[in-house]
Amino acid sequence: MRDRLVYLLAAVAAGLLMWNIYKIFMVLPVEANVGAYKIVYFHVPAAFTAFSGFFVALAASALFLATGDLKYDSFAAGVTEVALAFATVNLVTGSIWGRFAWGIWWTWDARLTSMLTCWLMYAGYMMLRRAIEEPTQRARLSAVLSIFGCVNVGFVYKSIEWYRTQHPSPVLSIREGGGMGPGMEAPIYWNWLAFACFATVLIMVRMRQEQVSREIDSLRREAHAF
Amino acid sequence: MLLRSALTIAAKDLRSELRTKEALNASLAFSIVILVLFSFAFDPGSEEIMEFSGGLLWLVYSFAGALVLNRSFAREKDNDCLDALVSSPAPIGALFLGKALANWALLLAVELVSLAAFGLFYNVRFIAQFWPILMVMALATWAMTVIGTMFSALTVNLRLRELMLPILVYPFLIPALMAAMLLTTDLLAGMSIWGNDSIWVRVLVAFDFVFTALAVVFIDVVLVG
Amino acid sequence: MNALEIDAVWKYFGDFPALREVGIHVSPGSVVALLGRNGAGKTTLLRIIAGLSKPSRGTVRILGEETRKESTRRRIGVLGHGISLYDELSAAENLELFGRLYNLPDPRGRAVAMLERTGLDRVRDGLVREFSRGMRQRLAVARAFLHDPQLLLLDEPFTALDDRAIAVLQSMLKEMRAKGATIVMSTHQLREALELATHVALLKKGEIAFSGERTQEMVDDTGWLYRTYGDN
Repeated sequence: MRDRLVYLLAAVAAGLLMWNIYKIFMVLPVEANVGAYKIVYFHVPAAFTAFSGFFVALAASALFLATGDLKYDSFAAGVTEVALAFATVNLVTGSIWGRFAWGIWWTWDARLTSMLTCWLMYAGYMMLRRAIEEPTQRARLSAVLSIFGCVNVGFVYKSIEWYRTQHPSPVLSIREGGGMGPGMEAPIYWNWLAFACFATVLIMVRMRQEQVSREIDSLRREAHAF
Repeated sequence: MLLRSALTIAAKDLRSELRTKEALNASLAFSIVILVLFSFAFDPGSEEIMEFSGGLLWLVYSFAGALVLNRSFAREKDNDCLDALVSSPAPIGALFLGKALANWALLLAVELVSLAAFGLFYNVRFIAQFWPILMVMALATWAMTVIGTMFSALTVNLRLRELMLPILVYPFLIPALMAAMLLTTDLLAGMSIWGNDSIWVRVLVAFDFVFTALAVVFIDVVLVG
Repeated sequence: MNALEIDAVWKYFGDFPALREVGIHVSPGSVVALLGRNGAGKTTLLRIIAGLSKPSRGTVRILGEETRKESTRRRIGVLGHGISLYDELSAAENLELFGRLYNLPDPRGRAVAMLERTGLDRVRDGLVREFSRGMRQRLAVARAFLHDPQLLLLDEPFTALDDRAIAVLQSMLKEMRAKGATIVMSTHQLREALELATHVALLKKGEIAFSGERTQEMVDDTGWLYRTYGDN
């Protein structure tokens, strides 16, 4: 039943993605976006997905601490890892966008810099998880880190934004400097939906992996104990 | 009770550290070395130094500070002291606050000496704005201390503790360090921080407040398995 | 009121139950020898009682109260594997520190008294770093008993003690018993423990395989318990 749900979601995600790609590249006129490039249709939804992932992970971590049920921990780990992957997509597409818009591979654009900082925080989360062997301790400590991290996302985003208003640098934006015409923004949200479906599929797979690895860990403890 | 226990633990940490001075000396030596190394990266006599004086100073502070913060909970593991502290009647929040206070004092001491060295090596005058600089130092160092002490507790039982701590702490501190760097650069250039840049003071205060509260709440979850 | 009530305690590490439905009631003044092979869960159980760890399921009540309450923690004394003392502080400073944390009315006086009791008063200002192993162990005992705890939790206390330390520990345990304290100690040293014990509990694979009064048979034939209830 669960497997069937995963396959169904995967199909939906694949379908949505393909339809979006078709629309973006075939249907939309190139001249419609003056300041931005079509990569924005992947760059922005990736950011939405990543940030919503960080918030969902906060909720899951809080739920784990409240209930002690390890499935919330598996969920939090899965969501964070997938969010991190989408953050990577955002950073890479942002870099490519900068290359085409400004000729440089990295602009210290406020949003990109914030995403990079969040990426570093959550990469730390993944490293922490890898460094703790015992599952309950791992769940407990990474839950606390996740909560701290998500609260800090707010500080990071706002402070980097304020910094950039005082010290401007090349900006990657779809709204300023020749934005998008009406109706051109829709694919961003459609792609977000596609990404969200895709993310859910990945999270469900990851959760299953965490569960299996916990089973293996407990079997190993049983075999080695006493 | 909370405050009394916190002060007892802070006093204990300070006494321990002042007796051996291991982390203190290492931290001071490290900061001097970094200042010297930086002098090769830039021309210390040039005017441009003033543009990133604050940045430089806080880089020195954060790198040297890591040496002190690393020892924080690590010193409790040596003889299983952490268990004795956790099972004592002292509130766990006091355990965190006491250690944080001790770290804060130690870091400020290192920073003040580094500030003097910085002024000497780079010909930077800071006496005129000393009190605002000290205020910024106090606020931003508390930010470093809270995060550093908390994560020290988080990683205390890990094998790779010494590696994990910097990896976790530095990205977290970016908002606070950014604020500190900007404010200090302003102050060293003789500008006031209460004008356009006052927002950064508020950022520091908010950061300190929020993360101190979070730390005191979650330290129990971290230390009691 | 029981000194210690453990009811249906489970402790999971991930999906693995290190303690399964452990239940013991200990009346005040008892001395319980907690036996079991390595990995049976003795240390895990002691840590939960000491408030260093939380059970996944079940409750632990010490003198009717929760383990993590401040008033409860004041009445527990813990002697674990490590000595729980600071190397860079002196013997007196260490004991005074814990005296203050335990809110004793006269930390310094009490520290001096305990140092005399454990034969360490001549080195009271010496740094623990410079102590011999036996001296460190005696100081650890002094720390654990400093605040006259009503419940003592000892994890393999006789392991790796030298003769003088064993003597000090045994005499202090007898003293605490006379004061009506309750003692729970996990041990491999059957003979020393069984001599002092009034009750015995055997942990096997996280479960209580036997729990009851100590009998003469157990003292005479120390292997009997393991053979009868242990897994062979």
